[in-house]
Amino acid sequence: MITPQPDHHVVIGGPSGSPEPPLVDLHPGRSQMAMARARLALRSFRGGWAIFVESRIGVLSLATIVLFALMAISHPILMATVWDAEVYDPVTGYAFDRLEHPSPPNWRHPLGTDPLGRDVLSQLLSSTRSEFILGITAALVTVGIATTVGAVAAYYGGLVDSLFMRLADLIIALPGISLLIVLSALFKLNLFYLALIIGILGGFGGTAIILKSQALSIRVKPYIEAARVAGGGHSHIILVHIIPNLLPLSLLYMMFTVTGAIFAEAVLSFLGLLDLRMSWGIMIHTANTGGYLLGGTRYWWLIVPAGASITFLCSAFYLVGRALDEVVNPRLRRHTA
Amino acid sequence: MTRYLAKRAGQMALTLFLIVTLTFFLVQAQPGDYATFYALNPDLPAEVRAQLKESFGLDKPLWQQYLVHMKNTFTGNFGVSFGHFPRPVMEVLAERLPRTAVLFLTATAVSFYIGFFLGKAIAWRRGGVLEYAATISGATLFTAFTPAFGLMMIWVFAFKLGWLPVGKFLDPLIWRGAEVSANHVFSYMLVTGAAFIVFAFLVLFFFRRSGRIGPAPLVAPIIGAAALAIPVAWGLSDIGFLALDILRHMILPIVTLTLISFAGTMLLTRNSMLETMREDYVMAARAKGLPEKVVRDRHAARNALLPVVTSLVYSLIFAIDGSVIIEGVFSWPGMGMTLLDAVRSEDLPLVMGSMVFIGLFSLLAHVIVDVLYVYLDPRIRYQ
Repeated sequence: MITPQPDHHVVIGGPSGSPEPPLVDLHPGRSQMAMARARLALRSFRGGWAIFVESRIGVLSLATIVLFALMAISHPILMATVWDAEVYDPVTGYAFDRLEHPSPPNWRHPLGTDPLGRDVLSQLLSSTRSEFILGITAALVTVGIATTVGAVAAYYGGLVDSLFMRLADLIIALPGISLLIVLSALFKLNLFYLALIIGILGGFGGTAIILKSQALSIRVKPYIEAARVAGGGHSHIILVHIIPNLLPLSLLYMMFTVTGAIFAEAVLSFLGLLDLRMSWGIMIHTANTGGYLLGGTRYWWLIVPAGASITFLCSAFYLVGRALDEVVNPRLRRHTA
Repeated sequence: MTRYLAKRAGQMALTLFLIVTLTFFLVQAQPGDYATFYALNPDLPAEVRAQLKESFGLDKPLWQQYLVHMKNTFTGNFGVSFGHFPRPVMEVLAERLPRTAVLFLTATAVSFYIGFFLGKAIAWRRGGVLEYAATISGATLFTAFTPAFGLMMIWVFAFKLGWLPVGKFLDPLIWRGAEVSANHVFSYMLVTGAAFIVFAFLVLFFFRRSGRIGPAPLVAPIIGAAALAIPVAWGLSDIGFLALDILRHMILPIVTLTLISFAGTMLLTRNSMLETMREDYVMAARAKGLPEKVVRDRHAARNALLPVVTSLVYSLIFAIDGSVIIEGVFSWPGMGMTLLDAVRSEDLPLVMGSMVFIGLFSLLAHVIVDVLYVYLDPRIRYQ
């Protein structure tokens, strides 16, 4: 919240008490500061965007993500307008108009039906939404934890630092998918718990180490010293000076977390270990348990749409992350800015 | 170095202790009572049940159970598997660990080599067609949905082309009349493979030449002769065809695991190379008029290798997860498949045992990478 405050000017140049406007504003008000920050952020965003656009793969991947987002949005709209819930519901629907299931693609069911007579396109679209929810929740949890842990560990050092870093070492020493498989044996995992667990593991694990090393290099910058000299408290320095400067790198690791989360969900669903209504992994699981997968190309619509969606969305987030890496890390750029 | 190793061993023991604690409390925290679950399993006869209950201290308070569990784990007593009753968990795991180790180590070594080689090449010729092709195909394979990709490989190479078997460890038709067990043959195969690797290293070590590129002229013939002698010796023995059968079953999982994991190393090597190529010493090497290949391999790639090795830990963990999935898809009876089967049939002792072993496996990999790092970077000397 920005509260308007009476501006308090220190005037340099003109004689005191003169009616001339001040030449240099040494102590701007909060609203002006916020404006200046916003302008700076906008400028660095534009600069970053210009570098990002240079990477053709990055732009293409971003377009893929937007396409999938449109798919996710389209499902509720289609269900509300043209699709009858009895036929097209991704879980309980049944295509009465076809005699055999799985039936190949046709006009009413553009991607055919699955062995249980449900519309594959509807399943695909409705799963897209849950993949986004899962990926983004996991990424936000990861980055929220990792940024805080990284900033705090780098700023305070000592015991706090070594405690968090040993914890991170422990977590990266554990293979994540195997751990999730074990957890699924012990607890019923739904989408939310899965996102939370992936987020917590990522946030206290590898991402925290990387963000901490970045925070360490921020901590020794002159502006941190200046803030301390100006009387800024610990929490002020961490919140206002360290964390905002960590955010670009955090954004980068959000992308990688999304990839990991979607992949983990798909694998666990494929193995039939999750408590979900519908997902791309479950679509392949259904086809596999029915024995349709080794039919090869004959039942392609049961596996190709879901498999390709997982691959494309995962690699799109991964490649956007890599393109962002070139923005964040100047040493990778082709031209020095 | 010895002190460093001792310190790492201590840390490893501590981490392993934490993993065992974690698995114990996870099992305790699950809905339902582990003690009852264990003791009420209908597959167990009454006397075995009483004996198990006592040996696991299931009638005692939680903290005593924890101590008993800890003691049992470190003496290698994980209890009796429900699914493989009456075999102890330890026996099941001891049978399956080597199978996973072979799958995993071969795939990791090959994918690391391919990844480093390609990464080096695409960084050197930045912006070429090769870079786009390798980046896109690598990232697609890297993020490809592993089970679907594995099934696709099975479909293409086993069903359509019929070159390789569909899955599993061996073909029962070939083994029907065999007098030796599969584990017996497999352990001989392991010994042969390990001996060959040690031999190749020794040859390379004794014939190395300082300041020159490439191995000495004698190296290739010696290693080649050894590589030829092994199949001949196996072919002459009466278990050669059995070993060949296991080998044929191994190819597809290893190739699949390699294909999904080489891209990580490749993309990282590329980035690392791009950073190294800007260094002054690379320019100096070029200015001296050294051949491109020498500048690339000796000056740039050698230094670009370091961060790649650091991240080898991550790719090892990735490969462990990958091999769990691949084993599931190919029905390769290793640790990963044991874990999956145990999870599906709620065979809790086996789940806990596999988890501890997979943890131990990744910890060991971790330490090996750290030691390798010291060897590669003379600037680092661990205290």
